[in-house]
Amino acid sequence: MFEAVKEIFKREDKEKSKDVAKERLRLVLVHDRMDRMGISRDVLNDMKEDLIEVISKHLEIDQKGLEINFERQDKDSVALEANIPIKNEQQKE
Amino acid sequence: MDGKSYVITSGKGGVGKTTTVANIGTGLAKLGRKVVLIDADIGLRNLDVVLGLENRIVYDIVDVVEGNCRLEQALIRDKRYSSLHLLPAAQTRDKTAVEPGQMRELMEELKEDYDYVIVDSPAGIERGFKNAIAGVDEAVVVTTPEVSAVRDADRIIGMLEAEGISGADLIINRVRMDMVKKGDMMNIEDMVEILAVDQLGVIPEDEEIVVSTNRGKPAVLVDKSKAGQAFWNVARRIEGEEVPMLSLEEGFFDKFKEFFGWS
Ligand SMILES: Nc1ncnc2c1ncn2[C@@H]1O[C@H](COP(=O)(O)OP(=O)(O)OP(=O)(O)O)[C@@H](O)[C@H]1O
Ligand SMILES: [Mg+2]
Repeated sequence: MFEAVKEIFKREDKEKSKDVAKERLRLVLVHDRMDRMGISRDVLNDMKEDLIEVISKHLEIDQKGLEINFERQDKDSVALEANIPIKNEQQKE
Repeated sequence: MDGKSYVITSGKGGVGKTTTVANIGTGLAKLGRKVVLIDADIGLRNLDVVLGLENRIVYDIVDVVEGNCRLEQALIRDKRYSSLHLLPAAQTRDKTAVEPGQMRELMEELKEDYDYVIVDSPAGIERGFKNAIAGVDEAVVVTTPEVSAVRDADRIIGMLEAEGISGADLIINRVRMDMVKKGDMMNIEDMVEILAVDQLGVIPEDEEIVVSTNRGKPAVLVDKSKAGQAFWNVARRIEGEEVPMLSLEEGFFDKFKEFFGWS
């Protein structure tokens, strides 16, 4: 357990701090933009649930692997990006 | 509980107020105290990022004063210390969204639950500053060793006194001992004398501050950071401990290390 914790800390420090900064900045700017557009943060989670429900009617999807995010487009716009993994078994059919 | 409230202010912008608030707050929490940090820089929210809490914000200070949520709902718990909380600024509003009277009420309420309430003031002397000092017991003025910053610090000390907050303490930030030694930077005694205030801390210029801001992890938690060490000493002084100023320690310790060939 202690070893595991140590591993996590090591990894945190090994990642270049400039890369941590860039990723944090990307996220925070997306959120700032959403705030300005008046989109609440809860909307992502609500949408996720709705998406799972709708798509599951037609396809078997990997619900845990489903990711939706707002990504920065150009200067002042934001795009909604979704990655929805489909379960392997049904592809074989 | 009967906590104490502080404002960290400066006059001149960019001298290190937000850095100071994050580090002192974290330091006091590490010392086992209940601490709440208030970002009063409405419209230019920063403290959340310096603390690495930017992804946890749901409500902000404007939501609280407008009654969109309860105070507890807006308080964000720190990742590392559960006794440290942040009340974030709003990012999409301006300073007029909050009034000094509302700030005063907020301070009273928070002082009941926390040992320390620390307000991060925006730069300037306008409405944002008036909000930040409303209802606080003590002020800490941050400056850098530059003529312009010290001049603005003096103006702010005067304004604080006019508002009934006297006996401000001084933190001198971004000090480069190598330049002070060469006589290329004002020394600490000069500034304390000119401003006629008590000195609370001397913080060296330190690259680790950039790294720690990148990571959202205050330098006070980074062992090798000299600025972090100096902020840790400030937190202990606020707790009433007698701690010598780092500038002296540093000189001594560096010589010591040199002597033993450790540096
Ligand atoms: N001791 C230090 N060594 C090196 N860099 C520092 C130090 N203190 C602060 N900085 C850097 O200086 C910049 C300004 O600091 P900070 O944001 O804390 O100032 P501020 O007074 O809150 O600014 P503002 O008036 O805009 O609110 C930041 O980039 C910060 O990382
Ligand atoms: Mg600031």
